[in-house]
Amino acid sequence: MSFSSSYERFFDIPIGPQHPALKEPILLRLIVEGEHVVAADVDVSYTHRGVERAMQERNYIQNIYLAERICGICNVAHTLCYCQNIEGLYDVEIPSRALYIRVLVEELARIHSHLLWLGVAAHEIGFDTLFMYIWRDRERVMDLIEEITGNRVTSAINTIGGVRRDIKPETCDRCLKAMDYLEERIKYYKKVCEIDPTVIARCAGVGILKPKDAIRLCAVGPTLRASNIKNDVRADDPYAVHDEVPFNVIVYDTNDTLARVLVRIDEMLESINMVRYCIEHMPSGPVRVRLKLSPPVGEHLSRVEAPRGELIHYVKSNGTEKPERYKVRTPTFGNIPALCEMLTSKGDYVVNIADVPIAFASIDPCLSCTARVVMLDREKEKLWVGSLDRLRRWRGWG
Amino acid sequence: MAMLLEVFKHLFKKRATLMYPFGDREKIPVPEGLRGKISFNRDLCIGCGLCARFCPSGAAELVEDEKGKRPIFHIDRCLFCAQCEEVCPRKAITLTKTFEIAGFDRSNLVVK
Repeated sequence: MSFSSSYERFFDIPIGPQHPALKEPILLRLIVEGEHVVAADVDVSYTHRGVERAMQERNYIQNIYLAERICGICNVAHTLCYCQNIEGLYDVEIPSRALYIRVLVEELARIHSHLLWLGVAAHEIGFDTLFMYIWRDRERVMDLIEEITGNRVTSAINTIGGVRRDIKPETCDRCLKAMDYLEERIKYYKKVCEIDPTVIARCAGVGILKPKDAIRLCAVGPTLRASNIKNDVRADDPYAVHDEVPFNVIVYDTNDTLARVLVRIDEMLESINMVRYCIEHMPSGPVRVRLKLSPPVGEHLSRVEAPRGELIHYVKSNGTEKPERYKVRTPTFGNIPALCEMLTSKGDYVVNIADVPIAFASIDPCLSCTARVVMLDREKEKLWVGSLDRLRRWRGWG
Repeated sequence: MAMLLEVFKHLFKKRATLMYPFGDREKIPVPEGLRGKISFNRDLCIGCGLCARFCPSGAAELVEDEKGKRPIFHIDRCLFCAQCEEVCPRKAITLTKTFEIAGFDRSNLVVK
């Protein structure tokens, strides 16, 4: 990269891979002029775990639990996407009670993920009071998930052919009660985020992503919706029973971090209504169909709106009990180019170094899901992990 | 600033934090159906090996004893997914509500 400046002095500041401001290993390479960031480069490849390869060595049942562990927070989205994918190979009808339970747990997980993110964002801007209160209220959702599925975080509720547990009537009552409590609290947090001077000073006008850039760089999820683009897999390509459960796609038009905060808060309110709808309209019947262990030969692709954005799973089956190829594209991966755009000063828009943590947190990064590009040169027997810069300049092997 | 009133109100409310592990053990909600430590009933087991075949983390290991084949469970490898409980044809495996299973010795973490 080459630049020119009146100061003619650029500093290269590496943040990470181990840094107190980061929760996960990532290398943010910032080129700064004085206090302003003029270019940013990201290397996300410090947590490569070889999940896709490991999936080819396990059978389809074991892979449910491996897919669940791609990401702890979006574990429901990952198992849902995985199970839909494998069910697509069989071409079977899943009982509608199972689909309702799937949507119910998915939306509970979305509330928990967004509350977690909101707390982390409050912590990033130094507003730890808000962080503490939000995480206290998040415990209500965690307790509900524990009661419905049997575990606080890794729920293991979805399986190939339906869900593993039925939901009890008394759990439904407690769920509705908790939803009333959460609705009141989330509305209060929305008010705080709208009027509190700390939140506005640190979030408004920070990390701007213009709608045309958001489309050009293929941003996904709340990051895209905060740039005023109406795009949600639940609405555009309904899976499970999302075509029956009504909800609004939330968009905000200020394109900044504050818009991403408010998009997520409003999505939680929509999720609460969806949970209520699911409980009230849940049909009776079986929750699972039994399927053979080996699906027929074929390939399938499935999309799910995870809390962080669009999640894509692809499977290729060769008729045995192990997949021939499995591919995952996580939402954070789609948002990394958009992040580089947010961190680049342009014209009137300046990015200060102090704004980097919250702008970075605003895409809700989950890096352990993301790192999966490793290149292998067979002739030279060399293995390396590709950086974004290198991929951009890609001219083929050599 | 918008939260000042809320913060003052909480001066007079009960503490939300449970002091676990230094107390409040009885206040921790443990719901029915929590997936905790495995318990195994040897008399019901027929040694079919399905638990070992479907265990995602290799926690169930098939061994031979005087009555024939049987699994032993390494809790230090267990994911608490309850897949073994689900596939067991004789209901010999159940997941209990015990969740305090940390220890210093791995040999204590084997369920036979």
